[in-house]
Amino acid sequence: MKRISIKQEVCIGCGLCQVYCTVEHSKTKDPIKAYLKEQPRPVSRVRVETSKPNSLSIRCQQCKDTPCVTACLAGAMTLDKETGLVVHDAEKCIGCWTCIMVCPYGAVKPDSTGKIIAKCDLCPNLLVPACVANCPNEALVCEEVE
Amino acid sequence: MTKYVIIGGSAGGIGAVEAIREVDPVGTLTLISEEPAPQYSRPMISEYVSREATLDTMKYRGDQFWKNNNVQTLTGRTATKIDFKEKFVELDGGDKIDYEKLLIATGGKPFVPRMEGGEKDGVFTFTELSSAKGLESKLENSKSAVVIGGGLIGVSAAEALVKRGIKVTLVELKDNILNLILDKTASEIAEKVLTEAGVTVITGQTVQRILGRKDNQAAVGRVVMTDGTEIPCDLVVVAIGVIPRTELVKETDLKLNRGIVVDRLMRTNIPDVYACGDVAEAHDFLLGENRLLPLWPLAHLGGRVAGYNMAGKKAEYEGGTVMSSLKYFDLPIIAVGNVNPEDIGAYEVIVELQPTKTVYKKILLKDNVIVGFIFLGEIEKAGILFRLLKNKVNVGEIKDMFLSEDFGIVTLPEQLRQKMFVVN
Repeated sequence: MKRISIKQEVCIGCGLCQVYCTVEHSKTKDPIKAYLKEQPRPVSRVRVETSKPNSLSIRCQQCKDTPCVTACLAGAMTLDKETGLVVHDAEKCIGCWTCIMVCPYGAVKPDSTGKIIAKCDLCPNLLVPACVANCPNEALVCEEVE
Repeated sequence: MTKYVIIGGSAGGIGAVEAIREVDPVGTLTLISEEPAPQYSRPMISEYVSREATLDTMKYRGDQFWKNNNVQTLTGRTATKIDFKEKFVELDGGDKIDYEKLLIATGGKPFVPRMEGGEKDGVFTFTELSSAKGLESKLENSKSAVVIGGGLIGVSAAEALVKRGIKVTLVELKDNILNLILDKTASEIAEKVLTEAGVTVITGQTVQRILGRKDNQAAVGRVVMTDGTEIPCDLVVVAIGVIPRTELVKETDLKLNRGIVVDRLMRTNIPDVYACGDVAEAHDFLLGENRLLPLWPLAHLGGRVAGYNMAGKKAEYEGGTVMSSLKYFDLPIIAVGNVNPEDIGAYEVIVELQPTKTVYKKILLKDNVIVGFIFLGEIEKAGILFRLLKNKVNVGEIKDMFLSEDFGIVTLPEQLRQKMFVVN
């Protein structure tokens, strides 16, 4: 199973992971348009947290016990048995926020429409997720884990 | 080959099917459901009535779910009797289904108090698709509705009806709507949002009688309130609460309190018989005791735990508590645990209210352990608090950060993070 882990000691809290995540999840994939023009506004599925001197880049951790999948009212959050990943179906999502209530990382949030949630999907169209590929200090690692 | 029988095909029954099949792909699995196609999301009835969801999009699992899991479904059938000694379930029509492992997941039914006029055409409940369909079919020719009960279901019903252009009066007997979930402040904010959306909210009163129409006494025409006021309406939705459907096991050896009492493995007192969901009284991790908690996610989780144990893989139910996430008219609220204790003086309360931004946060602690919280408006980090509450973490060192924008995983002590927030 793929998962993105964080090397806390080298995260400098620059926030570029948020920027690249936002752009990758935009329609235009263009930073200027993504941030200034697109509606609905694309949102980052990563959150950089800072508590000086520490910082962390937080996203869905693909929990094995999948509290969000169990809690989902609509059947929109599922565990893909083949990949081991927690997959969100935006078409089925009703934005009930139950997954937000039970996500221990606070890694799920309402998207900018306020109608459905947004969470890390490991950038299915990229070989390496955008946040990992563009982390200047290589604090993010996408690895295969059991 | 083990013979599994499940009574009830909603959140709990589906959870059990999935868990059983993870462990035992070959045992025979029979599921009995009164509903023709039980695999829909009951919480989405509101979306169905408001037309934000269709019968298709409100499916909790796909149509192939039963087939894919090799489940023999007996839909549109009612279990009428269980013989715990001979280990079989009897159905309407007399068929007998033998079981080796049985799950009772019969759910709850809406509580409808005896009321003059309660039988009139136009009175509905709001927890089953069949009643929701009946209600929906009346909307085109209806102008106004009275919803009795200002809890989760009542407010959902009010929202759905208003979105369909119905003039809605929501009636709550207590002083505040959603009073089992929210405190007064949060309830008042929610009430304001409802009112602004066009719902008339009446608290401290209830409906005493339902009267007929002048031209048709058999149809709803108006209701009479406790104080004698009359409210004209075409429809009445009764949403006072749900009660466990225990009629199947009344006067048997099965241990019943208000619901079927189960242990942490979701076992009843009778060997090989399990129960989960709205019909069961299961563990509350906050109270440390059993209680009824008719919530969809807990029914599903309980069903999963029951399924694992039925199939021979030991699993323990971590329990639930009062926990709700709301989105009425796009106001997000997450409320967990004890947010409204009578002896509030005995608790430490961390609170923030920003009326201009519609943000309200309240966290209750006892001896530095979170026992309840409300996040209204800003909810993204509610799950972190939920984990701290559930695991009864001493938050003495970090509680000052709870209201800070910087609060997050990074503000948790390293040791705690390693213990509780690593990938499990």
